[in-house]
Amino acid sequence: MKRNDWLQLAAYFGVLLALAPLIGSYLAAVFGGAIPRWLAPLKAVEGRIYRAVGTSPDREMRWTEYAIALLWFNLVGVLVLMGLQLTQQWLPLNPAGLPNVAWPLALNTAVSFVTNTNWQAYSGEATMSYLTQVLGLAVQNFVSAGTGMAVLLALARGLARRSASTVGNFWADLVRSILYVLVPLSLVFSLVLVEQGVVQNLAPYQEVTTLEGAKQVVPLGPAASQIAIKQIGTNGGGFFGVNSAHPFENPTPLTNFLQMLAILMLPAAQVFMFGRMIGSRRHAWSLFSAMLVLLLAGLGLALWSETQGNPALANLAPLEGKETRFGVVNSVLWAVTTTAASNGSVNAMHDSLSPLSGLVALFNLMLGEVVFGGVGAGLYGMLAFVVLTVFMAGLMVGRSPEYLGKRLEQREMVLAMIAVLAPCVIILGFTAIALLTEAGRSGVTNAGPHGLSQVLYAFASMAGNNGSAFAGLNANTIFYNLLGAVAMFVGRFGIILPMLAAAGSLAAKKSCPPSSGTFPTHGPLFVLLLVSVVFIVGALTFLPALTLGPVVEHLMLGSRVF
Amino acid sequence: MLLTELGALLCTVVVLSDLMHRQFSAFDLQIAVWLWFTVLFANFAEALAEGRGKAQAESLKKARTTTMARRQHQGQEQRVPATLLRKDDHVVCEAGDIIPADGEVIDGIATVDESAITGESAPVIRESGGDRSAVTGGTKVISDRIVIRVTSEQGSMFLDRMIAMVEGAKRQRTPNEIALSILLTGLTAVFLLAVVTLPAFGRYSEQQAGQPGAANLSLPVLTALLVCLIPTTIGGLLSAIGISGIDRLIRRNVLATSGRAVEAAGDINVLLLDKTGTITLGNRQATAFLPVPGGSAERLADAAQLASLADETPEGRSIVVLAKDQFKLRGREVSQTHARFVPFTAQTRMSGVDFPARDGAGERRIRKGSAEAMRAFVEHQGGVYPKETAQAVEDVARQGGTPLVVVENCSVLGVIQLKDVVKGGIRERFGQLRKMGIRTVMITGDNPLTAAAIAAEAGVDDFMAQATPEDKLRRIRQEQAKGHLVAMTGDGTNDAPALAQADVGVAMNTGTQAAREAGNMVDLDSNPTKLIEVVEIGKQLLMTRGALTTFSIANDVAKYFAILPAMFLGLYAVTGATRGPLAALNIMWLASPQSAVLSAVIFNALIIIALIPLALRGVSYRPVGAAAVLRRNLVIYGVGGLIAPFVGIKVIDLGINLLGLT
Repeated sequence: MKRNDWLQLAAYFGVLLALAPLIGSYLAAVFGGAIPRWLAPLKAVEGRIYRAVGTSPDREMRWTEYAIALLWFNLVGVLVLMGLQLTQQWLPLNPAGLPNVAWPLALNTAVSFVTNTNWQAYSGEATMSYLTQVLGLAVQNFVSAGTGMAVLLALARGLARRSASTVGNFWADLVRSILYVLVPLSLVFSLVLVEQGVVQNLAPYQEVTTLEGAKQVVPLGPAASQIAIKQIGTNGGGFFGVNSAHPFENPTPLTNFLQMLAILMLPAAQVFMFGRMIGSRRHAWSLFSAMLVLLLAGLGLALWSETQGNPALANLAPLEGKETRFGVVNSVLWAVTTTAASNGSVNAMHDSLSPLSGLVALFNLMLGEVVFGGVGAGLYGMLAFVVLTVFMAGLMVGRSPEYLGKRLEQREMVLAMIAVLAPCVIILGFTAIALLTEAGRSGVTNAGPHGLSQVLYAFASMAGNNGSAFAGLNANTIFYNLLGAVAMFVGRFGIILPMLAAAGSLAAKKSCPPSSGTFPTHGPLFVLLLVSVVFIVGALTFLPALTLGPVVEHLMLGSRVF
Repeated sequence: MLLTELGALLCTVVVLSDLMHRQFSAFDLQIAVWLWFTVLFANFAEALAEGRGKAQAESLKKARTTTMARRQHQGQEQRVPATLLRKDDHVVCEAGDIIPADGEVIDGIATVDESAITGESAPVIRESGGDRSAVTGGTKVISDRIVIRVTSEQGSMFLDRMIAMVEGAKRQRTPNEIALSILLTGLTAVFLLAVVTLPAFGRYSEQQAGQPGAANLSLPVLTALLVCLIPTTIGGLLSAIGISGIDRLIRRNVLATSGRAVEAAGDINVLLLDKTGTITLGNRQATAFLPVPGGSAERLADAAQLASLADETPEGRSIVVLAKDQFKLRGREVSQTHARFVPFTAQTRMSGVDFPARDGAGERRIRKGSAEAMRAFVEHQGGVYPKETAQAVEDVARQGGTPLVVVENCSVLGVIQLKDVVKGGIRERFGQLRKMGIRTVMITGDNPLTAAAIAAEAGVDDFMAQATPEDKLRRIRQEQAKGHLVAMTGDGTNDAPALAQADVGVAMNTGTQAAREAGNMVDLDSNPTKLIEVVEIGKQLLMTRGALTTFSIANDVAKYFAILPAMFLGLYAVTGATRGPLAALNIMWLASPQSAVLSAVIFNALIIIALIPLALRGVSYRPVGAAAVLRRNLVIYGVGGLIAPFVGIKVIDLGINLLGLT
């Protein structure tokens, strides 16, 4: 690695570290109802929305009401999105004349965008009309991120409140996250992107003659607005098929830097928001550190592996599939952050990563998207691991486990275990089914262990609500579309529901003040323990599968080629 | 454990069906045998822990032999078998009788031999009224006669509960145990999933490699992998840990009504302790003679000693002893001097001695008593009560002592300082508790001044002066409202509500039946300080579970490195070679795939045996902060658990190959 590479890495993490706490305190303020003056005009909009829905932010909900509201909202989201896709041929804003989407793909895509996964078994420019993109996909980009944020808010309130029966108002949380966080940030970001050359229009695709004289259709569309939220809301669904490797999605080194920053920005900031809500900034820094440690460990391994060179290529660092405009380091950094943060946008093809950096990307997905993770989702997923960590630590210091003064009992353990295990079951189970059936195997495009990795990656990505792909897999089949829809659904709500239930049961508990006999949930020891628990659960669950995928592929470098 | 049994069964079936087809695999047989051993060892651990309790239960049962009771019925006495006694029956017991049921003495006083339940051979006094009225069925009256009102039905007697507890028959799983089993079940599910899906991955890889059969995915090997991964170690030892925790309590002569109470003891935040008997020695003792200005301390001591010679209270005796120690004044035989002793009464609040005038000496009237009583006594006779004395009295009180004023005739000689003597080492004990995160609150009937002084000397965190039983109850509720868990000890009937309200209530065995029913633990030695040990046992219980769980999970890493390369040794091997790329994962250099799998299974079984002593003894506990305890246990059981199996499996592998078992 050159000095320039190190500088870029330092700049990236420096800006992230500086901005995340600031945005975190802004988030805490906004969700506490303290709207800054420059956003005051939006308050009228907010009020009008509540009147339309027939609720008020002061109307507190029990966790069950909260969950039901959330589920209804998401179900309607799936139906509307499917409806748009199934009828887009007859609807306006379809200059390319794209046909209706087939129902398995429509279902898969609908679930994918509602669950903040943004798995795309299609190529945007060849499948989705402008109307579907703008009214369907982009809208879900906002509200799915808002949903994730809402769940985190409910959980944070559950931890902060004492002997309470309610966890907040879903509609208020959703509206505020969109109105005061996602929309302003996206607006600013998309303007920057447009300035840098990202397209934003409703014009029909243009046919141009290339320098070689060939005719080529250049797709256009309202990309910038979509891309801003795809990064900020950890959605990751590209406007174009190749995502941010497309020059119209990611034209300059600056947009590349900003988009990578946007991937981690909200997930990192929400940790600090959480810290403010529960009144412990030290705990927030510890959670942030644990996430950073896991991220940097993966990044380190991936960078090392990519710079080692491939014996099959005369020991040159492989460039195929990398983002050659911005270099290998930017490709790897993007790959690691996007898989860690449940984002799923790409600027390089993960299929072409070296086996070990592929392993890092895959393992990030398998950890349950808790290394920063999705907006809201990353932290509430991590909190399930925190529950396990605190439980083990409590046992080891001879005290019934407490987290932030709340005693962890049977119920919380069951819920945390469900949240941690649900994605694991999907990933291993569905991959096994795919490998055992002809329908599953037919989608594989690489021989040898790499094929196994492709399938494993697909289900890890969907169950983790990430949405990136080991691009080789041909996933637009009925088999993958339907199984994938189930995977994404369970991967999302299999965690949301237990965590909301936990929010409810935690809120009802009394809080006992910490004593010197209580295990402190901050400091290096806690960080180490949390990192170990996350790593060990992931490693023990997936080691056999990984062994037959990327590990054996790595060990075979230079000896056997498929 | 169920899964292990199923696995062992499955392997046995495989071996048997192979035999039917006239094939035999010594390897499969050995796996099956070792899996059965794993099951056996886990059961052995539990049986061992229970066995200790059973022996004790046997001796208790002997005390429960059917006795005849003398029931008083409508003024008449009838002999009925003890089993027919009902609640509120009245029973007479005389010297030599076995008390037929738990009850309360309503008439008489007797010495009772309670060694059957306490193991303490010295007999104890039981009398009607007061705080020593409870008697236990199965104990023996040694002298005198008492009438007992039966307070519990047959079958729910103290002795029955004790036997049930010791035998573990009524042992319910505690909340924490349940939470831990949820974690273990979850882990088991994960590993089951990882192993069940493995054949799919394996077959696909074989097909991709073009080497059908290169991976060893036979049922016995998969079962071996599964059993090695699931937390069998802790699973097998879990109940042994719980039983041995109760057992440790019983060996310290504390009887808990439930395992839940023991666990709660480990979580205590606040400890309410009675001052007398717990923090201080039972009685006040004279510690200094403070003469009036101009007076001599020796004269004061002499007078005080004379006034106390007939005083048989511990306080009186301590005055005699102090005078002897400080001024070598021997206790004199005063009966010849025709001295007349004036005993203490609640009305006069003084005691003393009168010497009639003889041998030229005038009449001497020596009195000692509370300051107010003596001031009245002196001033009544026209004497002067000096200002300095009043000052001295106040000083003593402020320092946590009790002042006694000594007067001869109408002149004040000085003040005796009586003090509560704080038990040796108690301050360090409270320091330890503080490190464990437990606040101690001293409860006393003393005035706030005295209480504050003793509290400071003993090093408690807080105190409640002039505390009534209602105050205690209120304090417990307050602490609980703040989310604290509260423990307390008590013996009187008026302690019962507070004992019931507290999360951990330890009743003294000498206490009343009401107190013993209200608490969730009974200390047979009636030693209030024991609560501290109970807390430690509670903590140890949780720590042992945590440590062994961590150890068990950490072990899995090594087992993966033993079994995975063994399963996929030949996979993706280049043509002609026997070892494929995954042989690189065999970092322990185990000799062959068979010996690797066997070593892991054998290690998995033997480790249970190796850890039984630890499970029974509990991990060592030191009262230091939580972070320090955690760091220590993480290093020993986490890092140790990571490394130990690498060494163990390698050693077993060497042994296996030496013996040629594969």
